[in-house]
Amino acid sequence: MSVELDVFVGNTTIMDKEVYQLWLNGYTVNDAVKVRMEGGVMEECEASAEVLLSDTMDQFRTFQMCERLLQNPAKLANQLLFQIPPDRQAMLIERYYAFADAFVREVLGKKLSKGTKKDLDDVSAKTGITLKSCRRQFDNFKRVFKVVEELKGPLVENIRQHFLLPDQLARDYAAIVFFANNRFETGKKKLQYLTFQDFAFCAGQLINNWTVGAVDNMVEDMDVDLDKEFLQDLKDLKILIADKDLLDQHKSLVCVALRGKTKVFNEMETNFKNLSRGLVNIAAKLTNPKDVRDFFIDLVEKFIEPCKSDRWTATDVNLYLTHYTNSAHILDSFKYQTVWTRYMGVIKSCILRMYHE
Amino acid sequence: MPGKLKAKVVAGRHLPVMDRASDLTDAFVEVKFGTTTFKTDVCPKSLNPQWNSEWFKFEVDDEDLQDEPLQITVLDHDTYSANDAIGKVYIDIDPLLCSEAATVISGWFPIYDTIHGIRGEINVLVKVDLFNDLNRFRQSSCGVKFFCTTSIPRCFRAVLIHGFVEELVVNEDPEYQWIDRIRTPRASNEARQRLISLMSGELQRKIGLKVLEMGGNAVVGYLQCFDLEGESGLVVRAIGTACTLDKISSTYTAAIVQNLSNSSPSKDMKDSPQAVPSALGCRSTHSSPVHSASSRLSQGFSVSVPTLLFAGMKNRHRSSEGPRARQCRAGFGEEAPGVPLSSGPPTPLRAQTFSSFSPSKSYSRQSSSSDTELSLTPKTGMGSGGSAGKEAGPLKALLRQQTQSALEQREFPFFTLTGFPPAFLLHVGGVVSARSVKLLDRIHNPALGNTRSYKLLDWNSFTADEPETRDAWWEELRQEIKSHAKALGCHAVVGYSESTSICEEVCILSASGTAAILSSRFVQDGALDTDHRLSRQQASVFTTGAEKGEGVMGSSASLGFEDVAPPACGFCHIPYDELNMPFPAQLTYCHCCRRHKVPDVLFTTIDVPTEANVTGKGCLIQARLCRTKKKGQGEGNATAISNLLPFLEYELHTQLLNKLKLRGMNALFGLRVQISVGDTMLLGLASATGVYLTALPSPGGIQIAGKTPNDITYEQHISNMQKKINDTIAKNKELYEINPPKLFTLDPDAFRSINTEFVEEVIGSPIPEPRQRSRLFRSHSESSDEVLELDLSHGKKDAFVLEIDDTDAIEDIHSLLTDAPTPPGFYSCNTEIMPGIYNWTSGLQMFTSVRVFRLSNANLTNQGLNKIFNDLCENLLKSLYFKLRSMVPCCLCHVNFIVAVPEDELIQVAVTAVAMSFDKDQSQENGRQSGDKTLMKAITENEEQLQFPLELSAESPSNPLSCAKGLSEVSGPLPSARAPSVDHSSFTDRCSSWIEQLRLKAHTIRRGSIKTMSSLEKASPVPEGRSRSLRSNRSCPGSSITVVKMTPLSFIPGAKIIKYLGIINMFFIRETTSLREEGGVSGFLHSFIAEVFAMVRAHVAALGGNAVVSYSMKECVFMENPNKNQAQCLINVSGDAVIFIRESELEATPSQTQSGNVQTSSNGEGT
Repeated sequence: MSVELDVFVGNTTIMDKEVYQLWLNGYTVNDAVKVRMEGGVMEECEASAEVLLSDTMDQFRTFQMCERLLQNPAKLANQLLFQIPPDRQAMLIERYYAFADAFVREVLGKKLSKGTKKDLDDVSAKTGITLKSCRRQFDNFKRVFKVVEELKGPLVENIRQHFLLPDQLARDYAAIVFFANNRFETGKKKLQYLTFQDFAFCAGQLINNWTVGAVDNMVEDMDVDLDKEFLQDLKDLKILIADKDLLDQHKSLVCVALRGKTKVFNEMETNFKNLSRGLVNIAAKLTNPKDVRDFFIDLVEKFIEPCKSDRWTATDVNLYLTHYTNSAHILDSFKYQTVWTRYMGVIKSCILRMYHE
Repeated sequence: MPGKLKAKVVAGRHLPVMDRASDLTDAFVEVKFGTTTFKTDVCPKSLNPQWNSEWFKFEVDDEDLQDEPLQITVLDHDTYSANDAIGKVYIDIDPLLCSEAATVISGWFPIYDTIHGIRGEINVLVKVDLFNDLNRFRQSSCGVKFFCTTSIPRCFRAVLIHGFVEELVVNEDPEYQWIDRIRTPRASNEARQRLISLMSGELQRKIGLKVLEMGGNAVVGYLQCFDLEGESGLVVRAIGTACTLDKISSTYTAAIVQNLSNSSPSKDMKDSPQAVPSALGCRSTHSSPVHSASSRLSQGFSVSVPTLLFAGMKNRHRSSEGPRARQCRAGFGEEAPGVPLSSGPPTPLRAQTFSSFSPSKSYSRQSSSSDTELSLTPKTGMGSGGSAGKEAGPLKALLRQQTQSALEQREFPFFTLTGFPPAFLLHVGGVVSARSVKLLDRIHNPALGNTRSYKLLDWNSFTADEPETRDAWWEELRQEIKSHAKALGCHAVVGYSESTSICEEVCILSASGTAAILSSRFVQDGALDTDHRLSRQQASVFTTGAEKGEGVMGSSASLGFEDVAPPACGFCHIPYDELNMPFPAQLTYCHCCRRHKVPDVLFTTIDVPTEANVTGKGCLIQARLCRTKKKGQGEGNATAISNLLPFLEYELHTQLLNKLKLRGMNALFGLRVQISVGDTMLLGLASATGVYLTALPSPGGIQIAGKTPNDITYEQHISNMQKKINDTIAKNKELYEINPPKLFTLDPDAFRSINTEFVEEVIGSPIPEPRQRSRLFRSHSESSDEVLELDLSHGKKDAFVLEIDDTDAIEDIHSLLTDAPTPPGFYSCNTEIMPGIYNWTSGLQMFTSVRVFRLSNANLTNQGLNKIFNDLCENLLKSLYFKLRSMVPCCLCHVNFIVAVPEDELIQVAVTAVAMSFDKDQSQENGRQSGDKTLMKAITENEEQLQFPLELSAESPSNPLSCAKGLSEVSGPLPSARAPSVDHSSFTDRCSSWIEQLRLKAHTIRRGSIKTMSSLEKASPVPEGRSRSLRSNRSCPGSSITVVKMTPLSFIPGAKIIKYLGIINMFFIRETTSLREEGGVSGFLHSFIAEVFAMVRAHVAALGGNAVVSYSMKECVFMENPNKNQAQCLINVSGDAVIFIRESELEATPSQTQSGNVQTSSNGEGT
């Protein structure tokens, strides 16, 4: 004796947020029922396990049927099959495209390829996120990536319009796309302390200042690729470390400005040349794609770690970078002011964000 | 006569990929009507093609317009091979043929394929130019409005209610044709869909013709059903109630205004029936001598039998046929005796069983009465057509349609309505039902010769001389129903419906309704003539029934004039003769008016009348039963089934009664008994809404008696159970807020007593005055004497004693106590609305839930089966409550169960209902009596009452009698009403100004839509203008799809229906050969039901509507073959497409056409 068929279809599609989340988390029906039972729905509504199972199955089925539409959110709004109130639609989409920070840290900067997808079971084991959920999140990244790849116009705006995502989520996806496209290395041990939001912030900075779109906003891939000309120009900054006079001048200017303002002045003074060399070398190497990938590693190794070992505070870093940037403008023989500003603006905010005390 | 159909294909979207190589599609469209086909250009390489075709014009007969659907096929062009079909859209043109319905069909339709489901959408525009046809002999019936709604639709008023219309069309089922062996499943499914579409179009047209001949302009309560008889064919049949409807419009505002002053007092009366002495009605009519007689007589007259559930079983085979009426009566007595299932003592009845049930006195009388009546009909009628039609019976040819006089229709004074204009329903007798078991044979219907469907399919054999047709079967059944009604002293049957259950070659036909006496007001054709006729008809009934001249006078008089001041409790009063009740029952005086007799329990198939006084709230009551049956073949099988049926029906009835009592209620509304037949079992499901009618006596408790009183543990067991039952009753009374004004506290001692008289006195007579009580006693003893005389074998036992020794009883008690109560915050009913809840919010959720249960153990006992079936239904309900918990407090309304036995060991239950949330706080504060109602309630009520006195002014010129009556009515309550009328009239002003407003609005909406439509032709697949303008009303920006509400009810809470756009009647087949891939049976059916909803919504939106009311799923046939990875499902749905506007939006646009109103209202004063 068994229930062979059991369906419930409402004119307005009924979707329980809690069950939806369980589905998104990749639970099996039975696991979801267990979770729900522990959640106490049963006592609330005098339901039996049987009822709960039936309801969960039904909703999972509904979500499965909706999934095709969720993958193309624009369709969800003008499909006829499910009558879902607009606020519900927004909720469905937002949650479907939401991702776990733990997961995204694993794949951030990786090529969104089949190979990566195959490794998702490792990711799943590592993060404790179900494989199903990992796949959904990965597929979402890939889908967004594919769609915006071919579009003109601002990246964030494209994502928002195409996937009907709220602003913050659209920005996060922009960061993911940006990282995937430039293949920034984020998985190294030294970078483990950084959260996705740290990277997303940096990505925002890079997108806004270093890409083609920062100067011209009607080019394809404008927000995804770094401005090649700009990268080329960065080579000119090498003069700051190559020219001994300039380096000394720069150092003295910074030291004058910093004296008495910080406890770690001595360390700053001794480390100046090292740090400056580090930052300018990063700039000079960015024409090489491989070095672009190591951008964040370099920042950590060449700047953040030395500062940390000297116990600089975030305020110290801020102070140092401000004066480091500004002093270069006073250097008479330094002619690359625009490039310097464009470069250091991003570097400064990235470092500050990445500098965890 | 010709009409011009124009269609234009605009665009497509979301098309499937048909070319794997390019991941695109080269789509084009074929538009076909009848035999003409047009094609669009191919729109290459696009999943969102823009065709923007020219207008394809079809010049066709309006007959074809009614029958044929417009068929739109989307195809993928292929240069080298045959074009692949993507899918189809069938568009029913009918709504465009009615001037008052939709004017254009325009919108996105899902492209449907019977194998793949919905595959993208297509935007189509359809228009019709119809030339008026005055040809008398025409075959079309354009302009007749059809409504599924089983009451007078909200924005209409009834001028006349003509009566019953029925029609039936048969054909061979394409699925069973030889060609089906060589064609693809898709082709077969499409042939079937198309055929049924054609047949229902034809059916509707034919019914329309009948309505026109009767002088009506609409069919209300249109119920169309399919019988898939397999090898023997396909039957599409429909019944309905022909009416003459008038749109409530500005021309009537005069009358409306005038009425308001009238309606207010009657409203008062409704609110507090106790306060208004019925003497008021008498006083106003004292002037007429006939009247005083009527009131006197009706007092002496009132007799009652509570409920009658007649079950006539017959077993007809190919061999046995012949003249209908008489034989069926004979068969009724002999083959399987009719079972009068009274609410009276069920135990004695059971003890006596059916075989020993001799045709009692009441029986012979009843049959004689019906026989006399039958022979009388032609006499009272005039045309020879009537009698000829009767003799000819099944021969329903073309001729019949043309010559059918309105009178012959009276042959079946049936009404499919369940809700009535106020004061239409005078008395209710009880439920009448009839069933017959038939063996299916190949359909031989001579009428088939002139149907197009015949031309459509060339199937070979049919012999016209075979008289046994489906028509005859139904006619037989209807005759039986009619005679049952007669036996209850009623001249009409309301809430009438018909259904079938088919299992291979056995078919159970069922018909049921509620016997009633109706006011002659709406029923007359020519006022005088019918009055006369009606009274004569009545006379015939009563002369045979009660041999008293007085009775004759009384009945006719009461018929004619009782509606002057119909008391709210009037419908409860028994319509039959107290002295000649055909079955035993306990009568008491009405607890409202104290003047008429009422039964102790009332079963009906109708909705709770608006004027009824209900104490507390109601609830859904179900009786469920399973009976095993041996597998059989042919006649033997049919006989076995017909032998089982009476027991099944009887037990269902007992269960209902017990459950009703357990809830402390005394009346059932919306009773629907379904019997489903399978190979190895019979399923019975009776659903109804129990309420406590204030007018009826409080029900007694349920007492359990053991047969072995010496056993102490046994005694204890019994007393435990008894306690449980008593507790449950008390709990239920609290739950449903049943505290009748003068309810006696139930003395447990009284329970224990088996002395009927004693119980009667305590429980059954809450009438305080000693004088009346004594009278009650007298009359009671009289009636009980009568009962004894009628049938001595009926011992006089307490009706509610359940003997525990009886295994059935144990089962009964068990099922009584296992029925889980609804969770807090939930109510449920299967009627339109729940009595006791008035403040609905706009929260609305219609749903369909289907479950199929497999019985793995083939050797189940009846009890085991019962338990399984019971649990299945209970669990389903529980699941529903759980699903809808976010809507609490809410009520599941119009809960409609369909049970079926699709295969040997499968039980299928499908439920369609609507969950409506309501405002809890208010509902607790004001019950019905308090009179403080929400705006919505006031409006609906006004609306209903407005219709009514209009009647008077419309009628009075033609009928001097009713004129006088009308005057007396108007002059009677009017002066008293003047005082409060002030604020009411301002209210009417607003009311009528709304109507104006709405009209304007509707106009602009439509005009706007057409405009945007033309701009749309160039535009991309953006939403159409209309939906946009409607949407703006409903605050869901961002979405491009019109939200379409669906409800099985005839109204939408908090909203006003401003336009009916036409009937939606759709039939879909879905098949799959990849069941597992589609998520198994559940996944398959889930998506199919969702698709059906989507297609209904799309059609409604294309008609310009934003809701479907009176929606119902009439068929859900599911077949699977998991081994072959295949499944097939057929679904038939129907409803009325409407435009509604939220009342809150209405208020926003108040008095604008003020000046116009002043004028009309002054006119109103003049008349």
